[in-house]
Amino acid sequence: MTSEATRTLGGGYTDLPRLISLMTGDEKHSPAANSTLDALWVLYDRVLDVHPGNVDVPDRDRFLLSKGHGPMAYYAVLAAKGFFPVELLHSFGAYDSPLGHHPDRLLVPGAEIGSGSLGHGLPLAVGTALGLRAQGLGRPAVWVLIGDAEFDEGSNHEAVAFAGAVGLERLHALVIDNSSATHGWSGGIAARFAGEGWSTATVDGRDHEQLYRAFTAPHPGRPHVVVARTEPKHG
Amino acid sequence: MQSVHESVHEATMREQFAATVTELLERDPRTALVLADIGVAQFPEAARAHPDRVVNVGIREQLLIGVAGGLALTGMRPIAHTFASFLIERPFEQLKLDLVHQGVGAVLVSAAGSYDWPAGGRTHMSPGDVALLDTLPGWQVHVPGHPAEADLLLRHAVAADDSLQYVRLSAHQNAEPRPVAPGRFLTVRQGSRTAGVVLAVGPMLDAVLEATETLDVTVLYAATVRPFDAAGLRAALGDRADVVLVEPYLAGTSERAAHLALDGLPHRVLGLGVPVAEHRHYGSIPEHLAAYGLDAAGLHARIAERLW
Repeated sequence: MTSEATRTLGGGYTDLPRLISLMTGDEKHSPAANSTLDALWVLYDRVLDVHPGNVDVPDRDRFLLSKGHGPMAYYAVLAAKGFFPVELLHSFGAYDSPLGHHPDRLLVPGAEIGSGSLGHGLPLAVGTALGLRAQGLGRPAVWVLIGDAEFDEGSNHEAVAFAGAVGLERLHALVIDNSSATHGWSGGIAARFAGEGWSTATVDGRDHEQLYRAFTAPHPGRPHVVVARTEPKHG
Repeated sequence: MQSVHESVHEATMREQFAATVTELLERDPRTALVLADIGVAQFPEAARAHPDRVVNVGIREQLLIGVAGGLALTGMRPIAHTFASFLIERPFEQLKLDLVHQGVGAVLVSAAGSYDWPAGGRTHMSPGDVALLDTLPGWQVHVPGHPAEADLLLRHAVAADDSLQYVRLSAHQNAEPRPVAPGRFLTVRQGSRTAGVVLAVGPMLDAVLEATETLDVTVLYAATVRPFDAAGLRAALGDRADVVLVEPYLAGTSERAAHLALDGLPHRVLGLGVPVAEHRHYGSIPEHLAAYGLDAAGLHARIAERLW
């Protein structure tokens, strides 16, 4: 674990807007435009045991970006943490670039899955957690990031119910809730997980300390979800 | 407890699948079996012995394939099984993305196929499964015609590194196994130099042999259709390149592969199989085969008309 004061070759939290602007061309881009940015940063900076030195090691932690739309914050964090050179960000979306508008795990160093079509990451994360457990790798955590609108996809609900029923302890979901689901989630998204036996925490998705405490809360015998609420996408 | 070899003449393909995979789970710690309620009762001992490697996700077929993909991402060799309708058609995008696009392998093993439970109706019929897999890269497709062939092909599929393998089991089977080699067509009957070629796939062989008993044709047998053994087909040709395909799934599924195999030769290909139209009748497997023109009499009429 490293503190936010630590600087890698790629950069730190305050460098992220600049890194994102390399992809968007928008010099005034603020972190607030990327709902996933703070949660991603806290995970990669203080929680996950995954770095360029252990990307092929079986007992590394896994982070699966399920919500593959708008991956600029993800690419910026991976570059900041040294998974690939910052210069690569300039090529975002270009023909020969490894950095597409949805990530491809075979092209992006550090990406555990390819995503873009919604509702695939959580089932893949369930299988990943089962696979690690079956191989006696009890330490690594498996994290998957989904969006509140992505949660509409029924495949998520297959995975939430199953993981809760079997108590898949090393599975962690991070739901970025920017109120973008068309029909909303009455009673809150966390209730859907709690009803299936998950440990839950709902926090301010811009508050790094709240995020960190929620990410590291103990949850023996149960999978854990952190719902990170950010400002609404529209308005 | 009978051994695999003692039991093959008695077993159905699904029973053989249970025996073979139970043994593979015991022997190879990389293997994991993923089920969605269907087939669970066939694996009581394996589930007890390897609770972390025999996973029943319930009636959740998107999760069935997603879990297989996740297991493979950690380096395991997943075997996923249910009826073809729910293994290939229902979670088709999961096949495309959670397996192929992630660059990982898996062994998918289906039962019920195109017409195995006619009384169950359309919802449990999947004649389009092989054609659907043809829209994705990398799949090897095995269609055993006998439990002993299923045993051999399952072992081959599981052992084939991290490749994408589909094994299509059926309740429809031939009386005797053939000495199949994965990926190779087998010459079962040799016609004259002027004979055409009939390629029988999996359970279609016995009916094809009966249908062509009085005809001068070369009969090839395929228990693996992808890759399509182009060299084997070309080697079986006499003076003319007239080929009839007889497949236990959607008619014409392998026509394109046959045309590619015969590229550069003047040739004719006729694809026989299950019609694309819905067949709203119940009853038995023989009744459906007769209705589709896939019993010996129906095949004889169509092959004789085509090749003579």
